[in-house]
Amino acid sequence: MNTSGSHISETKTSDHTKPLITIRGMYKSYGDNHVLNGFDMDLYDEEILVILGKSGSGKSVLLRCIVRLEEQDAGELEVLGQDISNLEHSDLDKLRTEVGFLFQGSALYDSMTVRENLLFPLRRHKERMSDKTEDELVKQVLKSVGLEHTEELLPAELSGGMKRRIALARTLILRPKIILYDEPTTGLDPITSKEIVELIREIKETYHTTSLIITHDMDVVRVLSDRVIILWDGINYAQGTYEELAKSNDPKIKAFFK
Amino acid sequence: MAGEKSKDWLNLDVFNETGKIGLFAARTLREMVRPPFEWKELIRQCYQIGYESLFLVGITGAIMGMVLTLQTRPTMVEFGAATYMPNMIGIAMVREIGPVITALICAGKVASSIGAELGSMKVTEQIAAMEVSGTNPMKYLVATRTLATTLMVPILVLMADALGLFTAWMVEWIKADFTFRLFFDKAFASLSYGDLLFATGKSFFFGFAIGIVGCYKGFEAKRGTAGVGSAANSAVVIASLILFIIDLLAVLVAEIVYDL
Repeated sequence: MNTSGSHISETKTSDHTKPLITIRGMYKSYGDNHVLNGFDMDLYDEEILVILGKSGSGKSVLLRCIVRLEEQDAGELEVLGQDISNLEHSDLDKLRTEVGFLFQGSALYDSMTVRENLLFPLRRHKERMSDKTEDELVKQVLKSVGLEHTEELLPAELSGGMKRRIALARTLILRPKIILYDEPTTGLDPITSKEIVELIREIKETYHTTSLIITHDMDVVRVLSDRVIILWDGINYAQGTYEELAKSNDPKIKAFFK
Repeated sequence: MAGEKSKDWLNLDVFNETGKIGLFAARTLREMVRPPFEWKELIRQCYQIGYESLFLVGITGAIMGMVLTLQTRPTMVEFGAATYMPNMIGIAMVREIGPVITALICAGKVASSIGAELGSMKVTEQIAAMEVSGTNPMKYLVATRTLATTLMVPILVLMADALGLFTAWMVEWIKADFTFRLFFDKAFASLSYGDLLFATGKSFFFGFAIGIVGCYKGFEAKRGTAGVGSAANSAVVIASLILFIIDLLAVLVAEIVYDL
């Protein structure tokens, strides 16, 4: 039962060749609290993979380990073909521009305007652009998230949903191959949540990004997921499509789909 | 039981914290000297830390000059040494009062503000966001702020010294009709280049300590807004304590050098 992927359906995996992210036997503990206990996962090109788990099950820790915001204790972790745990800082920084991260609390730089927030990563990683090109890029990503007229606003002047959209725009401006979403709808009202879900889908279709979403919001899972992984006791307890998992008789899986 | 706990605290926490601050300082020094350099952010920080502290440090320096003169004058008069007032004030202001008072003001204003700013960025994941967007926060946030305090505190000290001596002269002029030229001739006659060198040298260390402690406490902030307040508060306390330790070491080194 505890074998990684005991409830695994091979749906999707056959459609793709080499995964963009591969995790094998990832362990992470905080003292006696063993959060990840040999977690395995593959993320394939242009899919939307949702990791479902209870609060405190280690979903956010997993995401933070993928971009090395936290170091895993043991295991193999390959992102875009590179063993991320052995990368030099400069190479890691380059790789991170290919992997966008949407934080649960948006994490906008509160001393900067929306425009400055968007230009911050751009100016640091892309060759110096003309003001006109920068303007066009800012307008384009703001249009993608439906907030064209917020350029000069400060984060404090934005609502929770708007902050989430701007954070997504900041992620998009570097054109990442993969976007990691940390609870994208948490703390938002149902209508705004639906808008964010719709936005994630539009972004995937427009920019052909690969998405890894962690959540416990079943609407996100139902609407967005190509494939779902259940994270339980620090392992990949089960995976499959929403429909496959919804039919499962396993009580732990059923608890999510009630 | 309580005794054991306080003993543990003395044995572990203090040394643990000192070690962590030391490692943080070493990482910061490495980022300071390793290109690429964050010139724009450094200039912005120099402006914020230096220019925006000018008024507070200036007022404090001016008041300290007046207070020192008014407090010591009666005793000096009693001993018939009133003519040595400029010499005494010159030495006291340049060697000790200017650097220490300025550094303490900066610890209160700058270390707390850096601690609160970075603490707030930490708990709202802005530092993590910076890191995942491929920007090294140790270089962008810490190295720039620490370099800015290291450069700005000595300049602020020189300004506090100048204003303190000027207001001291004003008191002497009113009380004893000292001319400007006579006052400053006597004040500088008692000072050597070594005094200026040591005072400026320790001010660089003061500035470095203020920057490091502010940034370290900000980076270590935990537990939401309460953690931010705690980071700002402990940044001031630890920075002030370190300033006095640096001051003591500087005096001891100066003693040894003067003896040689």
